[in-house]
Amino acid sequence: MDTLKDFYKEERAKEWRAKLRKNIKTKDRLEFTRVEMLAQDPNVRNKNGDEVNLGLTEKLAVAEAQRCIDCPDPTCITGCPVNIYIPKFIKRIEEGNFLEAAKVLKETSSLPAVCGRVCPQEKQCEEQCFYTIKLNKPPVAIGYLERFAADYEMNSGQASIPEISESNGIKVASVGAGPASLAWAADMAKMGYDVTLFEALHEIGGVLKYGIPEFRLPNDVVDFEINNLKKMGVKFVTNFIVGKTASIQDLRDKGFKAFFVASGAGLPRFMNIEGENSIGVFSANEYLTRINLMGAAKEDYDTPVSLGKNVAIIGGGNTAMDAVRTAKRLGAERAMIVYRRTRAEMPARVEEVEHAIEEGVEFLNLNNPVKYIADEKGRVKKMVLQKMELGEPDASGRRRPIPIEGSEYEVDVDNVVVAVGVSPNPLIPASVKGLETTKWGTIVVNDDFQTSIEDMFAGGDIVRGGATVILAMGDGRKAAAGMDKYIKSKLVS
Amino acid sequence: MNKIISKEYFSEKVVKLEIQAPDIARRRKAGHFVIVKLGKKGERIPLTIAGADVEKGTITLVIQIVGVTSDKIASLNVGDEITDVVGPLGEATHIEKVGTVLAAGGGVGVAPLLPIVEAFKKAGNKVITVLAARNKELIILEDEIRKYSDEVIIMTDDGSYGKKGLVTEGMEEVIAKEKIDLSVVIGPAIMMKFASLTTKKHNIKTYASLNTIMVDGTGMCGACRITVGGETKFVCVDGPEFDAHKIDFDEMLMRLNAYKEEETIAYERHCRSHKH
Ligand SMILES: Cc1cc2nc3c(=O)[nH]c(=O)nc-3n(C[C@H](O)[C@H](O)[C@H](O)COP(=O)(O)OP(=O)(O)OC[C@H]3O[C@@H](n4cnc5c(N)ncnc54)[C@H](O)[C@@H]3O)c2cc1C
Ligand SMILES: Cc1cc2nc3c(=O)[nH]c(=O)nc-3n(C[C@H](O)[C@H](O)[C@H](O)COP(=O)(O)OP(=O)(O)OC[C@H]3O[C@@H](n4cnc5c(N)ncnc54)[C@H](O)[C@@H]3O)c2cc1C
Ligand code: SF4
Ligand code: SF4
Ligand code: FES
Repeated sequence: MDTLKDFYKEERAKEWRAKLRKNIKTKDRLEFTRVEMLAQDPNVRNKNGDEVNLGLTEKLAVAEAQRCIDCPDPTCITGCPVNIYIPKFIKRIEEGNFLEAAKVLKETSSLPAVCGRVCPQEKQCEEQCFYTIKLNKPPVAIGYLERFAADYEMNSGQASIPEISESNGIKVASVGAGPASLAWAADMAKMGYDVTLFEALHEIGGVLKYGIPEFRLPNDVVDFEINNLKKMGVKFVTNFIVGKTASIQDLRDKGFKAFFVASGAGLPRFMNIEGENSIGVFSANEYLTRINLMGAAKEDYDTPVSLGKNVAIIGGGNTAMDAVRTAKRLGAERAMIVYRRTRAEMPARVEEVEHAIEEGVEFLNLNNPVKYIADEKGRVKKMVLQKMELGEPDASGRRRPIPIEGSEYEVDVDNVVVAVGVSPNPLIPASVKGLETTKWGTIVVNDDFQTSIEDMFAGGDIVRGGATVILAMGDGRKAAAGMDKYIKSKLVS
Repeated sequence: MNKIISKEYFSEKVVKLEIQAPDIARRRKAGHFVIVKLGKKGERIPLTIAGADVEKGTITLVIQIVGVTSDKIASLNVGDEITDVVGPLGEATHIEKVGTVLAAGGGVGVAPLLPIVEAFKKAGNKVITVLAARNKELIILEDEIRKYSDEVIIMTDDGSYGKKGLVTEGMEEVIAKEKIDLSVVIGPAIMMKFASLTTKKHNIKTYASLNTIMVDGTGMCGACRITVGGETKFVCVDGPEFDAHKIDFDEMLMRLNAYKEEETIAYERHCRSHKH
């Protein structure tokens, strides 16, 4: 750790940064107000599918960058799971050298345009910013700035392709092509490996494509990163389910020397209450997949989806917010969140909750569905909700919801979307003998992200249960380092 | 990728396609299916693997035209390619030597039934098969089924071929004269419901292979869920075969109609804009 601190100190002492610090007095920097993200008007955007946040202008970005006081001990970095060198990239923005800022991001993150959009910054880097912890003021808008620099590079047409070591001809493969695998692939390719990603679906990107909607993360942004990987020589095989289309052993026989399992937490949970199998009750995965991946709401796509007037989403996480805001955009008159605790306990990103409120989403907090009632054709028409109150904190530290007896009441619904969590994808654990898993079905790994089977590494949601994009990416990078170490040790012996 | 090698019409509405899919051909077993998608804007639909040739690297699909996607796929020609084919999916049929097996296939359900009949026969069982359809035109794969069955009974609703009557009548006839150890029924949901009531009456263990609505086919969405023995199951990963006597067929029948309206509108629009 000391060496890292020394490194930060050395970098900070460099002339260009020292000069910038002198340009504006720290005292003055502390008085600047945080910029606001430019966004589409709530009443316009809740009727279209376009991205809500529009990004910062160059002027706004520089102004925000000036707020960062370039701390001698940059606590913000400790809040970032991949330790992006935050003050350095921000100071490059202040200097007006936006491409250089993007390069700093790419030293640690392979998907900065994605993370700048979807990271729960208020619980990560921004929570640890000097402004938050010492001044109790709004933190530097690290996420906005990250997005700004990454977008600037993307739109400049001068995106840098990382330098790639000479090919070593060693074949390695991933199971799945979500953010964990994309980050892993970038690092392996840089080290000269022959990298193939196997993906079960017909599209690359995992949750970034089928889960997170266009209005929050445009597919173009994800495709841009995928194209960069292609330029680095990474191969993608879609419609290929490892464990079904071929086994891990088949792939070993084809010459693959090591595997990175990042198959995600794709299994939807239901609540197992009466009427849950009625027509019109979906898992969030089904609802979002039909719309995001299959284009179901568009005229010229073949996949259908039913679009009701009264839509209830059960849950309070990011997935629930994405589903409810999608429902609103598809014309729901009442788009409702049904959550059994209060807003304070919601696991969703604060920005998503605020956006949902602005867009006219209703929140039925301290409510829990106990039953669905269907019409004679089996189509859901009402949900029965029970009111809740908060009791003592539970293991997760959140106050436990307790049902209030006799408080049940009915609400009309045409669609219900169940977003109460996902479980790890069981396919690989079930098809590979001897692979150690926990009782929750996640794969057990060591510090190098190596599993109980030596040529198999794992990371992302299949190791963590549902987590975040940036954590998945961080795992991918650590697994790449671990895999490289393993392969080299094998070659020597 | 996935080029069509041969095409044969069984009837106006039922087509057999042989397509290139070497990885799938090598790994598939009786009971497995694939998910197929045509074009960027296409829908993902499940189709049973009716047969495979490992050496040629091909699998056989038998498609009944019921809506937009099945029609688009059935109208492809030799040399055309199917954009996306993924599999083999689902759990393979549990094949063992049990004695005498009564297989019953309705309509296009005979296609998924064929590899199962073949596998049971090769495992040393006596296999009696009942094929049922509305009329003679719709009886498919009869020769192939005969090849692996000790006896074949054909039933048509209108009596235009075989005996006049329903699949259940053919099954009752077999049960009356033979001791049946296991039954497998595949066809439209309503046919499976009544076929399974028939075997339940006689206490014959029965498997049904379900054709629920699916999206991903990998356990990710829950569109295919049904109730078996009071528990929710995902047909694509837990099935498609289940103990027929425990399946809530009424719920399944309802769920199959989830998109009836949207599908009918889409199919009519498709027919108007494409032909006839
Ligand atoms: C709706 C929604 C919104 C979210 N919003 C946010 C957010 O705002 N911010 C945030 O940080 N996180 C968010 N998350 C969480 C985040 O998306 C995940 O933590 C992250 O995507 C995990 O990455 P992964 O690579 O481990 O897995 P995934 O993204 O799940 O990718 C796994 C891939 O593996 C494929 N696969 C599975 N099994 C096989 C197999 N056997 N063979 C081949 N391929 C296989 C799957 O098809 C999938 O494409 C959200 C999640 C959802 C569902
Ligand atoms: C495991 C499995 C194996 C199958 N094997 C075969 C087969 O070998 N040959 C064959 O002809 N058919 C098979 N089917 C049924 C086939 O998938 C449907 O006929 C097809 O999806 C209809 O699509 P469509 O767009 O042409 O019709 P649509 O107009 O969309 O629908 C017509 C009817 O087909 C059913 N259906 C609709 N969408 C789906 C969907 N995504 N998945 C499943 N069913 C749907 C519904 O009952 C619907 O009312 C199988 C289904 C399953 C689940
Ligand atoms: S990757 Fe996420 S946590 Fe790290 S600096 Fe960027 S926004 Fe913050
Ligand atoms: S803690 Fe905040 S002010 Fe300090 S360097 Fe990090 S972003 Fe800048
Ligand atoms: S089809 Fe999606 S879970 Fe079965």
